Amino acid sequence: MLEVRHLSKVFFEQNDPQKPGLIALYDISLSVRRNEFVCLLGPSGCGKTTLIRIIAGLLPADRGEVLVNGNPVTSPGRDRCMVFQQFGLLPWRTVLGNVEFGLEIEGMGREERRDISRQYLELVGLKGFEDYYPHQISGGMQQRVGIARALSKKPDILLMDEPFGAVDAQTREQLQEELLKIWAKTDTTVIFVTHSIDESIYLSDRVVIMHSRPGRIKEEVAVELPRPRWEGDVKADPRFAQLRARVRESLRE
Amino acid sequence: MALNALEQQALVEINPSQAKPFRLTDYLRLVRAASVVLFVVLWEYFGRQVNPLFLSYPSAIVKACVQLLIAGEFQRQAIGSLGIYAVGLGAALVLGILLGLLMGRYRLAEYLLDPYVYALDATPRVALIPLLLLWFGLGAPAKIAVVFLSGIFPVLMNTFSGVRTVSGGLVDVGRAYGAGEGKIFTKIIMPAALPFIMAGVRLGVGRALIGIITAEMFTAVTGMGALLIRYSSAMATDKFFVPVIFLALLGVILSGAVEALQRRLAPWKETERAL
Amino acid sequence: MPGSLDERLVRELSFPRERPWSLYDHPNLIRVASVLCFLTAWEIYGRRTDPLLLTYPTAVFWAAVQLIRSGELFRQLLVSLASLSVGFGASLLLGVGLGLAAGRSRLAEALLDPHINALYATPQVALTPLLMMWFGLGFSVKVVIVFLFAFFPILINTASGVKNVSGSMVEVGRAYMASERQLLLKVVFPAALPFIMAGVRLAVGRALVGMIVAELFTAITGLGAMLTLYGNLFETAKMFVVIIVLGLLGVGLIQATQALERRMARWKETERAVS
Repeated sequence: MLEVRHLSKVFFEQNDPQKPGLIALYDISLSVRRNEFVCLLGPSGCGKTTLIRIIAGLLPADRGEVLVNGNPVTSPGRDRCMVFQQFGLLPWRTVLGNVEFGLEIEGMGREERRDISRQYLELVGLKGFEDYYPHQISGGMQQRVGIARALSKKPDILLMDEPFGAVDAQTREQLQEELLKIWAKTDTTVIFVTHSIDESIYLSDRVVIMHSRPGRIKEEVAVELPRPRWEGDVKADPRFAQLRARVRESLRE
Repeated sequence: MALNALEQQALVEINPSQAKPFRLTDYLRLVRAASVVLFVVLWEYFGRQVNPLFLSYPSAIVKACVQLLIAGEFQRQAIGSLGIYAVGLGAALVLGILLGLLMGRYRLAEYLLDPYVYALDATPRVALIPLLLLWFGLGAPAKIAVVFLSGIFPVLMNTFSGVRTVSGGLVDVGRAYGAGEGKIFTKIIMPAALPFIMAGVRLGVGRALIGIITAEMFTAVTGMGALLIRYSSAMATDKFFVPVIFLALLGVILSGAVEALQRRLAPWKETERAL
Repeated sequence: MPGSLDERLVRELSFPRERPWSLYDHPNLIRVASVLCFLTAWEIYGRRTDPLLLTYPTAVFWAAVQLIRSGELFRQLLVSLASLSVGFGASLLLGVGLGLAAGRSRLAEALLDPHINALYATPQVALTPLLMMWFGLGFSVKVVIVFLFAFFPILINTASGVKNVSGSMVEVGRAYMASERQLLLKVVFPAALPFIMAGVRLAVGRALVGMIVAELFTAITGLGAMLTLYGNLFETAKMFVVIIVLGLLGVGLIQATQALERRMARWKETERAVS
């Protein structure tokens, strides 16, 4: 489904184009199966956001390649969609207008894209908020809009760049649960960037642990907790605690 | 809400002084009005004592206003000024927004043009008036040029910085959803920069007004500015205040109109950035 | 922060050691080229045009040399700066003083603001003919005009800065039993300083405009008068010299204020980064 091969990326210093400033990614290889939920976990500066941006096609790589269904990625495409850290909502559009954005860019007619957008707004629990502007709703609701917008394009791969990093802890848990429910309903592959250990274990099938300087993959940890995970208290499961300890250990080195 | 029995009893016990003491700050509206009335009265009183060649007074100004309006001269000059103003300002808005967008989005355009933009913006535009008169004569073209140069830079600079402040994040959103350069321009950059553009328009409208007044004062042939010069050199202080008041009202109306437009066009913007 | 590990990896991966050469890394090259092209075209075209109408760069250069040698430019610059600094100084003192009063006392605000709003709405250039009638054509009228142009931005920004000082900061002062004077000097004034400085920055530009307008119309001394004079003599090259000096003066004054602003409001965190 998704294949990342020997990917490397260097950022040059802003003021001095002669000088490589940071090796953001070094020889990253990763493969993701269809319908898998993978978390990229690591400290800030480990290149996880760079990696997801390269996969999205927003940033070119210096070495290596990204293949989606066997085709190399060079630009954003309709098989992938991104959910942004700061929500990425257009402040001058209403909630509905924001969800419509992706379909509008594709050139879909007004009536059709409205219908679809309304369906997805309902899916994320925002029915009735169509005409609000982003600044009038809470951060958690704003990110639901972001998710609805991404899902409306029915992407094969949903790329999520610390989507819940900017909301409070309670909302975050709620959003995590809803994301899992939505994921269970759709057959999407999810790549999810986070720096929260608990979040990565709770959500994913596999945690990819990254290290910084240079940004590289340290280890992959399979999460074999039963699904659905929102029933009962998965976090109280002893296996969850074991995984958490293991991941923390790996991050610490 | 009526007080209950317990509250009634408490009130008796506390026994606050029955009436709130008189405080001037509770009647600010009154103070404001009094301040204005006092000023007008004093002006009227002292104005009448002073030589009318030197200072007029409110009632004389009102009389002069009626006189001028009946004669029709004032309206004719006002319309002339407004026409020139509209043409110059229109050109400034169109070109200012266009160049601002170009320079904000394309670095080549920025680097090619910014030496001139900064140089011209830094030069007080009034200093160019004698030169423009030399080039374009004393008629409408010179005045249009002055209005244009007075109005364009705030619009251009604000549009430019508006485009520049569009967060890379939003452009990424557009790209991630497959928008090409054209769609990014129309669907992301332009709406995001709109509040900035409007702030520039508001500044530009005011500057252009100053531009036309100065130009007309300098040429002293037609228009509001010419009236100012004519009445002041004729020592007709009462008539002098009529165009002054007209211009003040015009300034207020124009900036009010732009603000209303701003609210309509950018209702998503919660607060304006402080200057 | 290229650590040794990064350095080694760059070698190992045989990354490009440097970014490929791009025109955009050398914006000044584009700028210089753009300006050179413009100057050359101007020189060629200007030499072919009637010298009464258009001059050309080398002629401007020689005119500058001449005006500097004869000492005229310097003399007039000093004259201009004198009225500018006196007028601006007065507006600074009075603007900050009244602004503090209007921001701190609602009574003072109510008394002042109808008048301030009315005067601020009036384009101040429109008043210059009247002022020339009152104050003649000498030094004093220039000072008054500069004052009038610069006064309002300072006053209005100071007042709104003071009103913006958060109540909790004032309460800290009160809790430590600061007197009203101490409160003003140690809490309110420093807290309002960034606003005041923003007003000063606006005012400096307007003061310069005021100075030029005053000198253009009085046409006796100062840089503005030189413009009028050489305009009447069709000496465009000399006009350009004066315009350039005024432009440089504008840039210098704005830069100085910005430097001062940064120094005086160092504690103010830099503007929120927009992600």
